[in-house]
Amino acid sequence: MRFALTDEHTALARGVRDALVRVCPPERVRAASEGPLDRGLWGALAELGLFSLRVPVSHEGLGLGALDAALALEELGRAAVPGPVAETLAVAAPLLANTPWAARIASGEVIVAVADPFAPHVPWAADADAVLVPTTEGYVCLPRADYTTAGRDSVDPTRRLAQVSARPGVESRPTYGGGQVLDLGALAAAAQLVGLGRAMLDRTVAYAQVREQFGQPIGAFQAVKHTLADALLALEFARPQVLAAAWALDAGEADASMRVSMAKATASDAAWQAARAALQVHGAIAYTTEYDLHLWMKRTWALAAAWGDAAFHRARVADFTL
Amino acid sequence: MDLRLTEREAAFQAECRAWLRGNVPRGPALSGDTQAGFDAHRVWERALFDAGFAVVNWPEAYGGRGATPIEWLLFEEAYYAAGAPPRITQNGIFLLGPSLFEFGTPDQQTRYLRRMAAAEDLWCQGWSEPGSGSDLSSVRSRATRVETPERTGWLLSGQKTWCTRGAYCNKLFGLFRTNPDVPKHKGLTYFLVALDAPGVTVRPVERLDGDPGFAEVFFDDVFVPDTDVLGGVDRGWNVAMATTSSERGLNLRSPGRFLATVDRLIALWKAAGRPERHREALARAYIDAESYRLFTLQMATRLADGESIGAEASLSKVFWSELDVRLHETAMGLLAAGAEFPDDPWVRGFMFSLAGPIYAGTNEIQRNIVAERLLGLPRRAG
Repeated sequence: MRFALTDEHTALARGVRDALVRVCPPERVRAASEGPLDRGLWGALAELGLFSLRVPVSHEGLGLGALDAALALEELGRAAVPGPVAETLAVAAPLLANTPWAARIASGEVIVAVADPFAPHVPWAADADAVLVPTTEGYVCLPRADYTTAGRDSVDPTRRLAQVSARPGVESRPTYGGGQVLDLGALAAAAQLVGLGRAMLDRTVAYAQVREQFGQPIGAFQAVKHTLADALLALEFARPQVLAAAWALDAGEADASMRVSMAKATASDAAWQAARAALQVHGAIAYTTEYDLHLWMKRTWALAAAWGDAAFHRARVADFTL
Repeated sequence: MDLRLTEREAAFQAECRAWLRGNVPRGPALSGDTQAGFDAHRVWERALFDAGFAVVNWPEAYGGRGATPIEWLLFEEAYYAAGAPPRITQNGIFLLGPSLFEFGTPDQQTRYLRRMAAAEDLWCQGWSEPGSGSDLSSVRSRATRVETPERTGWLLSGQKTWCTRGAYCNKLFGLFRTNPDVPKHKGLTYFLVALDAPGVTVRPVERLDGDPGFAEVFFDDVFVPDTDVLGGVDRGWNVAMATTSSERGLNLRSPGRFLATVDRLIALWKAAGRPERHREALARAYIDAESYRLFTLQMATRLADGESIGAEASLSKVFWSELDVRLHETAMGLLAAGAEFPDDPWVRGFMFSLAGPIYAGTNEIQRNIVAERLLGLPRRAG
């Protein structure tokens, strides 16, 4: 047994992280709350090869697995990159791997939104080029012309929700996936949540090192230390669950779905805890929208609720194990 | 990355399970903290040693079999799953053993390691004093130099407290102040002490879970030769910090212990009629124990790759100790009115779990270490 990332994994994660610092600084996250989906940003992400990660080599992709995607998604979460990036790269790409959609996803030409099986609204469906929605037989992929949308605000202003109505004639389309979609979507959310949580924690540590009160940095006080230590604890014990679940999906392990549920439950809770710790340690400054933290927090809330919340996934673990 | 066992690991796991199945003593467990129980445990430890299972990850020369860190974890998992007795040698093999390997002279390693593994010597830890708990480097028990024609070495004076199983051990490893004129952590020396030496008095102290195995140990000019100084005079703090890291990290509480507790908890839940209101707590128990297993696998892989574990061990300690309390609180909830009966193993286990956040460095200290060394937060000024 080995629980360690390869040098290639580490290089992939580092590469994505460094690129996102350039390509998606906080201003770009903030901008997503003020306008439509940024196709320029999408193109930049495509140039990094992100959308080709999970597309087979035979379809112009890199043919990598769920673990590689999870590492990239952790970085996408860290940078709070807006748009249906996770849905396209980590759910649509593997689901549509052997269809003509695959190469168009890999190139960045096609943006795909994916319906979470529990939510009435599909994030980014109005802006996407196609949407994957569930039917009784599995998921169908509808091009933009084949559905209408009614928009709805999210608590996360950088996330645009839409209720999707398929135009008549949808029933004759091919279906994909099924249970696989929940696993892929939940794992993608879990990976982002770990990155989001760590970003909020790191920002807060930096703040606590410079913000002074009573003659010293607030990070010197034990209450602050313990709050942030506990947030780190939660994240550091959730992250291995995410990695193990991704590995299990790639390895075709029989318990992969249960591992995904463990990952989603622990990552949701850890990121939530990090959000609360971050807000509390920052104090009032982070309660304003002038400070960026609220964007990370709101993304955390949205993703913690999506693809089954922590309680749903704990119940799923109970079903598997008890 | 691969969470499946290699052939060698699978073979080792099978061997451990088979031997344990055939050899774990049947019948009710005796406490390791009473004299009668202690003697029975020594017999068990000898059997483990003779079969090569007492210290699997030690070199063969000292009774081990050169097992990898992953294999050690597999052994521990099998050990707890088999319901085998608690290890009365643990203070020695988990805390002192690594220090002897790192800092011991060849003579000390020869004199002590095999005997420790075979439970011929039983070691307790002399760290805390009435005035020094979390602030360990403030210990005041003294070691003064003695050089006469008859003997050269040190005379120990003072008092150590909270010595687990001190009443039944014949050896103690402890920190004593050899130099009161330098900053406090620079004047400490790590001694290996015979508890049957003249001047030693051991006084049992009862614990809240009823076991008398705690002890205070009083030293009245107890002689220790130079050959029983570990790691050099005034260097005791360095040696102790290495030990304490093992204690907090990989060695002291392997995931197997908690995986087995979760299995028993699930059985308890089923025996209680599978009450719905506890279902989520059971799921949390399963998930958290698995989180601990995966995190520890991650650390073990790093050790196997030749890296060292630093302050991550503090994360581990906080997690397992609070996990253990939660598991037992869940059990207490399942026992309902039965939670009032002290002879129930779950109730005793609950009481013992309350000590976890205290021993091996309190969780408050651990959180400070996490904050300062892993997050880089500054120390308190003034």
